[in-house]
Amino acid sequence: MSQCGDCHGCPPVALADFTAAPGLATTVAVIGPPNSGKTTLFNRLTGLRQKVANFPGVTVEQHTGVAELPDGRPLQLIDLPGVYSLTPRSEDEEVARAVLTGERAGVAKPEAVLLVLDSTNLNRHLMLAAPILALGLPTMLVLNMADDLRHRHGKVDTEKLAAEIGAPVALVSARSGEGMEPVWDFLAGAMTKPAPRQLPVLQDVPQCRQWAGQVGAQAHYRAPVPPAWTRRLDAVFLHPVAGPVIFLLVVVGVIRTIFEAAAPLNAGIDWLFQASGNWIATTFPPSLVRDLVADGIWRGVGSVIVFLPQVLLLFLFIGILEDSGYLARAALIADRTMARVGLQGKSFIPLLSAYGCAVPAILATRTIENKRDRIATILIAPFMTCSARLPVYALLIAAFIPSRPLLWRLFTTQDAALLGLYVLGFLAAVLTAWALKSSVLKSGRTPFLLEMPAYRLPTLSSLGLRLLDRGKVFLRRAGTVILFVMVVLWVAEHLPLDHGHAPAMEHSVAGMAGHALEPAIKPLGFNWKIGIGLITSLAARETIIATLGEIYGMDEKTQRASLETALRHDLSTGGAFALLVFFAFAMQCFSTIAVVRRETGGWKWPALQFAYMGALAYAGAFIACRLF
Amino acid sequence: MQLSGNNALLESASPTLVDLRRGDAAILERIDLPGDDARRLMELGFLPGTRVTAGLSAPGGDPRVFQVDGSEIALRRETARRLKVRKEGGKPRKS
Repeated sequence: MSQCGDCHGCPPVALADFTAAPGLATTVAVIGPPNSGKTTLFNRLTGLRQKVANFPGVTVEQHTGVAELPDGRPLQLIDLPGVYSLTPRSEDEEVARAVLTGERAGVAKPEAVLLVLDSTNLNRHLMLAAPILALGLPTMLVLNMADDLRHRHGKVDTEKLAAEIGAPVALVSARSGEGMEPVWDFLAGAMTKPAPRQLPVLQDVPQCRQWAGQVGAQAHYRAPVPPAWTRRLDAVFLHPVAGPVIFLLVVVGVIRTIFEAAAPLNAGIDWLFQASGNWIATTFPPSLVRDLVADGIWRGVGSVIVFLPQVLLLFLFIGILEDSGYLARAALIADRTMARVGLQGKSFIPLLSAYGCAVPAILATRTIENKRDRIATILIAPFMTCSARLPVYALLIAAFIPSRPLLWRLFTTQDAALLGLYVLGFLAAVLTAWALKSSVLKSGRTPFLLEMPAYRLPTLSSLGLRLLDRGKVFLRRAGTVILFVMVVLWVAEHLPLDHGHAPAMEHSVAGMAGHALEPAIKPLGFNWKIGIGLITSLAARETIIATLGEIYGMDEKTQRASLETALRHDLSTGGAFALLVFFAFAMQCFSTIAVVRRETGGWKWPALQFAYMGALAYAGAFIACRLF
Repeated sequence: MQLSGNNALLESASPTLVDLRRGDAAILERIDLPGDDARRLMELGFLPGTRVTAGLSAPGGDPRVFQVDGSEIALRRETARRLKVRKEGGKPRKS
């Protein structure tokens, strides 16, 4: 048995620190095993003052947020990745350890720790208490999911437990907010501390587990009965026949709802932008600034914001699937495919989150211990259909594919096209993984371990927070990256000035750039206007919509037409399919390139990835243009 | 090795988790995996001497969910076959 580095007994000197009041703590770390409800607690404590850390995903490592104490004092909370131990084997464990010991550059050493444990599985989760308490920071044990424990007839004596480990203990339900007062007291430094305890020196996992069991017994811990509903639901969701069928129905249902339910909302937002744009155009005197605002910014940025409902619906579904616990079952059902292409099960969770955005997905690969597996997962993550592709798909499908029923009205040609694009991205990812894993990134197998959480009803507040988060990210992108590109594009469309007037679009800098690109993209069925869109969409995929919106907005002939109608003049059906396939494969996202460079420690992998995905996009579009 | 559940339990000197059918329970004896992998399994509750119950599986029987130490953990067949078990005396309790 290897020496267990994390289960050091704590030196008596450090013990004295447990009892030191956090006093005026300014930074508190929240740590715990995966699935212990850390993030729910974090959201409960920070409320809506949470920072969105995954955009652009290149500066902020940990999720940090500010909690306001009852006396009005602000307190910085650091949400650390879920870990089972502090032995740095994977990068997220290394991050957690480094933050707690103050070795992480740019992060203040936390003055206190909230250790979040699942009270329904206390004996095992208590194992993490030993290494955390040994750090010598003032620590509170937050036993989460008190409501579950009670409903399933479990119990624990928190006072006995506190006396046993020499640290304060709170039994809470972060979801409902029950029992949170002691946590606030601890954070405010207004808590009476139990007497310090000498903890035993623990050498390995069995000893840690034995210690945890003894502590649990001293605290009269009674483990809850197994969750009856989880067993019942699993009998259905993991049924050999019904399981996969439900899996497919869920996927199709999500896709269909994204299309159908969002359409009226899209129309509403579109109308708002049209009306306000017209108001700007008619109210202000003609000037270059008015044109910039009305044609460039309003039409450009507005045509992207129209797709906010789709993106929010997507994240609503991801949130429901994740919070309910169904995602772990989906991962189980899909594992065989992953195994066949040589990927380990751990790659599945990052890949699933890549359906939202590749940047957090690439950060999530830190849980993969094996370096080669991790790089393979990073390289294929951008193939998964991210939320930035969704607006492009929605626009092109609505414009070029007539809606015809395939399975009565339940599944239409448009749904099939969208589903096909998701499948296409997934296939590109698994085939690339297979190619990588059987050549340059071959590696030994690491065991696949997946904890199946009990099913839980997602709460409205948690779903609401997610949507707010993602809505902010989407709008911020529209208001920063895309807005900036739109202004640059507008300038490029007006230069070189001809006697103080903008040249015809074709003779402008932007037009010339598009024309320069045209010979290369003509075989794909794209003209120079689409070419301009391809250039600007290098910044972020959905920028192509804004770009086309702006280009058409400046043209007298297309100014009044809707984006869909205008597009039909510029693209044949074959060209539209080519463009869809191009977007399915190409790596058009600065944020992703930056995060891949940082996570792989150089330009080699992002450069390779960009070239490979670009080549695949070109080839795929070339074929699609000829097929349709 | 693709022996079916019961035969392996009776005949093989060291049956593994793979040999458990749904609802079967056994005591974990040892983990035949490199140090780090074994540690990870132990942190999730797969400690020698612990009772493990086989649960549901993905279609085709792989991976399978195992109930251990109050949690449900899914393992692929290739991992489960490295976890040696000994048969528990008597019929397992229904949990």
